[in-house]
Amino acid sequence: MAEIRVIAGETSTVSSAPKRHLISIDDLNREIVERLLATARNFSRSLEREMKKLPTLRGRTIVNVFYESSTRTASSFELAAKRLSADVMTMRASGSSVEKGESLKDTTRTLTAFQPDVIVVRHPQIGAPKLIAETTSAHVVNAGDGKHQHPTQALLDLYTMQEALGHLSGLQVAIVGDVMHSRVARSLVQALNLVDARSICIGPPALIPRGFEQIGCEVSSDISGIETADVVYVLRMQQERIAAGANFVPSLREYTARWGITPARLRPGQVVMHPGPVNRGVEIDARVVDSPESLITTQVRSGLVVRMAVLYDLLTQGPVSLAPTVDMNEVA
Amino acid sequence: MILHSKAAAHGSLTICGARVLDPGAGVDALLDVKIEKGTITELAQPGGKKSAGKAVEAEGLILAPAFVDPHVHLRTPGREDEETIASGSAAAAAGGYCAILAMPNTSPTVDNAAVLGALIEQAQEEAQIPTGFMAAISRGLKGEELTEMGELADAGAAAFSDDGQPVRSAALMRRALQYAGSTGRRLALHCEEKTLSSRGQMHEGAVSAELGLAGYPSVAESVAVGRDLALAAYEGQPIHLMHLSTSESVELLRRALVDGVQVSAEVTPHHLCLTDEAVRTLDTNLKMNPPLGSETDRLALIEALRSGAISCIATDHAPHARQEKDVPFEAAPSGVTGLETAFAALYTHLVEPGLLPLETLLDRMSAGPAQAFDLPVPRIGVGEPANLVLLDLEATWLVREERFRSLSANSWLLGEALRGEVVLTVAAGRVVCGSERVTA
Repeated sequence: MAEIRVIAGETSTVSSAPKRHLISIDDLNREIVERLLATARNFSRSLEREMKKLPTLRGRTIVNVFYESSTRTASSFELAAKRLSADVMTMRASGSSVEKGESLKDTTRTLTAFQPDVIVVRHPQIGAPKLIAETTSAHVVNAGDGKHQHPTQALLDLYTMQEALGHLSGLQVAIVGDVMHSRVARSLVQALNLVDARSICIGPPALIPRGFEQIGCEVSSDISGIETADVVYVLRMQQERIAAGANFVPSLREYTARWGITPARLRPGQVVMHPGPVNRGVEIDARVVDSPESLITTQVRSGLVVRMAVLYDLLTQGPVSLAPTVDMNEVA
Repeated sequence: MILHSKAAAHGSLTICGARVLDPGAGVDALLDVKIEKGTITELAQPGGKKSAGKAVEAEGLILAPAFVDPHVHLRTPGREDEETIASGSAAAAAGGYCAILAMPNTSPTVDNAAVLGALIEQAQEEAQIPTGFMAAISRGLKGEELTEMGELADAGAAAFSDDGQPVRSAALMRRALQYAGSTGRRLALHCEEKTLSSRGQMHEGAVSAELGLAGYPSVAESVAVGRDLALAAYEGQPIHLMHLSTSESVELLRRALVDGVQVSAEVTPHHLCLTDEAVRTLDTNLKMNPPLGSETDRLALIEALRSGAISCIATDHAPHARQEKDVPFEAAPSGVTGLETAFAALYTHLVEPGLLPLETLLDRMSAGPAQAFDLPVPRIGVGEPANLVLLDLEATWLVREERFRSLSANSWLLGEALRGEVVLTVAAGRVVCGSERVTA
């Protein structure tokens, strides 16, 4: 998608100006990605200080709406907002009017009445953040929608790789596991393509979607394909994929034996990543999780500064522009 | 009697100077068409002496046999907020139709003579154009027990269908074929192997892989088509395949026709005009069952329509309330409206780009479906009942919600400018759309 520059105008009142959102990696280009990573690096330095809070977004309001359980993403967005001095409110679907049958659009209208600057949303259904973006006057950040996209995860993964390996261009990344049900894999493959890194997706045949290679990666069911990778990126194997009758794989034991990441399958110099939460002993051996090659906790730290960078970019008049959408309040 | 509409007085009317185009009757000429008491009484050279009575000036327009839609959801009984017999038949009139067949997947299901009888009575009160009703193949569409097809046929069922659901059991399908044969009514089949389509949200392919939406593989349709063709061949009974959407199904249909299986088939305007690429927008008005296929599928469907292997265009007009479609894609129900846009959509997307001749389109929207269901074939000839549609091929119009006569607006064409407009519809001798064009 071409970069479309939008002058950030009024952000806290209802206006008909196009809004900038981060819904999908498709909303970005290489220039924007590099700028976001550079901003994150600056924030990372500021967090080394004893006084970690920055006044940058004082007076801004950020609403986190989580329709799906989340530990690291929700807490990371909340802390990112607080580190930038924004007012932050986190709403979870349980215990809210969502349980009383309120529609997504009506919930969005309700939250919009509080005039938030940013709505961060996690939802089990694909396209929910887009629907919210069409309904609200706030900027919208997708914190994961169904099996579709998780753009801030992909950005924090790029940041982690760049910090650990020094560069992104030309990197080879093997993404291993349940690609079919993974929004992380979709976002990451697209993000790696933006920075000229290469990816191969490896997993059981029924868990690699038909046509996935057309996104711009290799696909294989052979675990030996990780050999040439600089980064082995392990996806979470969800228990329901192994439930009786699902038949994506015959058993957990068989999955672990054929695709589990063990010390024996890794070669020196390879680093290992995982979006969490980890199933130790299932998709990844506990020794690998705890090894120096594991960047899993680094990823969590990266999540904080990358999300600070995303919020900052959306709310300042800097040159970074994410995809605009037409304000649907006028036409809806 | 299969078709029912409200009684109305027939006047006399002359449609003057149109290019009369009835491919089935071999008519293509500039003619004045005179209608008296609902029947075409005269085809005359234009410019003759003005006959008394009402007239429509139609120079520069096309007059064709009106359309027949064998696949419409009127949502009555049960969801009269989405469509009624009155509103759905008015939408059909606006789309140029002179006959429609409604599907039985209502609430309650049309699976007994009492429900069917009540619908027929209601149609006689409020249907703007002749309307027929299919009855269910299985009680409650559950796929377990056959409906009383004999009684339903006697009560006026136009055909039998479990549309919305496939007949899951091959054994029940066989019994249905055997029994329906004794009633003289055809089975209209929704072909879907549910264990393959599973929770599929869209066509399985590169687009579903990228979006993360669960894929509905094209073989989910074609294995069911293959099964039902084999059963129809074995029992020597006719079947009608509804809303075909894949190239694999088209290939099976072609081979069955060569083998002499009694099979007719339909395709929808959306499967002829769109592919799964359109779903990238996540517009819930692009969610339908079967889902939009690949470009290979679309081209195979167009070719089958052109060759006549698929003889019917059916809209699968499926109205949904606004709040049901105004949700994330995966939460939305399947189905789109189509009665009011079918001709213009197909004229714009197929005829204008040269993918299908106009004559073929007219045949597949009228004679094809009528013949498949043994309905009277609309013809333009002296002594024929007047079932006519007047078309302006030069007109461009914008698809807008306010324009719809349907109670629902879940159209995939909202906001699109289309070429080709229905300006007048005569159904069973009555002007049911475009009466403002009639001058005294």
